[in-house]
Amino acid sequence: MTDKPHNNLFTPGHTACAGCGQALAIQHVTKALDKDVVVVNATGCSEVYSSKYGESAWGLPWVHSLFENAAAVATGVLAALRARGDATTKVVAQGGDGATFDIGIGLLSGMWERGDNILYICYDNEAYMNTGVQASGATLTNTNTTTTPPGKASTGNTKIKKDMLAIALAHGLKYVATATSAYPQDIQNKVKKALATPGPSYLQILTPCVPGWGYEPNLTIELAKLAVQTGLYPIVEFENGVLTNKMKVPAPRPIEEYLKPQKRFKHLLDNEKELAIIRQIAQNNIKKYELGK
Amino acid sequence: MKKILEGSRAIALTIKMCRPKVISAYPITPQTHIVEDLAKFKADDDADYDFINTESEFAAASVVLGGAIGGVRVYTATSSQGLFLMTEVIFNIAGQRMPVVMTCANRAISAPINIWNDQQDAVTIRDSGWIMLYAENNQEAIDLHIQAYKIAEATHLPVMINVDGFVLTHTYENIDLPDQKQVDAFLPAYKLIKDFYIDPQNPRTFGYFATPTTYMEQRQELHDDLIKSQIVISQTAKKFEQQFKRPQSDGLVEYIGKGNEDVILVAMGSVVGTIKEVIKLKSLPRATSSKARGSRGVGILKIKTFRPFPDSGVIKYLKRAKYIGVVDKSISLGTEGILATDIKRALVGQTKAKIQSFIVGLGGKDITPSVIEQIIKDVKTKNTDVKFVYP
Repeated sequence: MTDKPHNNLFTPGHTACAGCGQALAIQHVTKALDKDVVVVNATGCSEVYSSKYGESAWGLPWVHSLFENAAAVATGVLAALRARGDATTKVVAQGGDGATFDIGIGLLSGMWERGDNILYICYDNEAYMNTGVQASGATLTNTNTTTTPPGKASTGNTKIKKDMLAIALAHGLKYVATATSAYPQDIQNKVKKALATPGPSYLQILTPCVPGWGYEPNLTIELAKLAVQTGLYPIVEFENGVLTNKMKVPAPRPIEEYLKPQKRFKHLLDNEKELAIIRQIAQNNIKKYELGK
Repeated sequence: MKKILEGSRAIALTIKMCRPKVISAYPITPQTHIVEDLAKFKADDDADYDFINTESEFAAASVVLGGAIGGVRVYTATSSQGLFLMTEVIFNIAGQRMPVVMTCANRAISAPINIWNDQQDAVTIRDSGWIMLYAENNQEAIDLHIQAYKIAEATHLPVMINVDGFVLTHTYENIDLPDQKQVDAFLPAYKLIKDFYIDPQNPRTFGYFATPTTYMEQRQELHDDLIKSQIVISQTAKKFEQQFKRPQSDGLVEYIGKGNEDVILVAMGSVVGTIKEVIKLKSLPRATSSKARGSRGVGILKIKTFRPFPDSGVIKYLKRAKYIGVVDKSISLGTEGILATDIKRALVGQTKAKIQSFIVGLGGKDITPSVIEQIIKDVKTKNTDVKFVYP
């Protein structure tokens, strides 16, 4: 596969960590965009590493307000553009899993209810990484985070990962999909498809986080593949509420291959009972989306 | 032409004539009549703005911020808890220097929950960087809304117009409502300024991240510009008053009295009208009123612009007084009335007068003539403690 050349809409020179899965995903997202797009960003790592005063990495009009309001600010931006007679410029809102699954979910729900023609992208690294790896609604069960540390009385996060896809679908969105940082062409195709679909769309991208997950920076792509191949992070695509595409997992890789390189799961490796819970999540995903077929 | 109109309707009609392009709101009593009217104008095809309902005040404030960054005139309105829910966005709007205009229909805050009027809501966000104007009556309310857009767009600062909930919003008054032509002549179409709005041909980064290297400088710039906005507020008031044939003022403070009064009450919003009625400065000859109330009568200093705080006007009118009573419909719990603290700060080194804080009308408690009479009496005693005055 050959990738597109750099289009300078999200330029190198930002200050993300080496091996940052999110910066990589943003790079692929922006490669799918033309210049007539406004990006509305939630507070989070991406805002910090890309928007320092005088050193912006953005070649697109880029707006950041607060942690929880990217969806509503995007509504205002879109309304203003249309009021000014600009019928073509598109609006993409984006944020991390904390902004999306948790603090901003009310405003996101409001935007979806209004039916605004906005693509919302969630870069899901499964915890609050910008503030130092605290658990979010996107954190997997049994994950070690700084607010769900394992100990004598705990094996890590006790909650289940919130099903944002189901929440998006329940709002009647015409386009809902997932992706991971490992598959650039898949991200680009999905962004284009989402933007071509009228009304709100939702794209959720698993973006490995080197310090938050605790792995070597050269493993970002490998882990973003293994998440899919174990069944733990299904790549799926819903059009008009119907599952139309998926990345098949006919022979699921053992979850240990995915968990072992990551410090956030280290405490589980000799605990078969708790490992079984993660294994069950993968099996449930495979069954739910029929990934084996 | 003069018409008898409900305050909220007059404000809504005025906003329509200011031609915002994006209006967003979430319902809260007593703001509701304003936004209901604006929704109805749109439904009747009598307005060309986008009226965006949201799931919270937090979202409504965020939508108008997005609209302003998107390059159009915007409007929202709220009250009380709604303003508090917006607070994070309120500070952000000022920091981003967006000319958002909003109405706060002032209402008490919870707990206990109470829907009636006082002024605790807006004063609590006084440190946000917004220009904050207060209306005494509904004529001033509509006049201030038209001026607000002019001021916001000239200064790149957001403007909040405060109108006392129910007392003004739900009250019918005889109002001189300008027509569209007059408003257009005063407030021309929104002018886009390069680099201050979204333009794909000129991509800019809004709401960037600032390190200690530049953050403090940018916050100081916001403060300096807020102080300087007093010039624009005064010029705008003067221009407005000339064009619309209103009594002249500097838009910052207004003194009611002869200028030589011993006792001056300081207040803002509709309570000023109540105080005027009680001391009847306009109708009673000075000799008659002064006999009963001290040697040289009672004056009123009306605060029209609360932020930026009009220090020089306050000094000018208050420094000759012997007794200054500050009448607040809010309190900074654990200290005193919020306006009282501001008045004392402005007068440091300027006066030896006794300055006392009086709290009235919280949560819709009636402010009767006896309340004002009590304040006029008490301000001349030796006690300087903050005093809650009940009818």
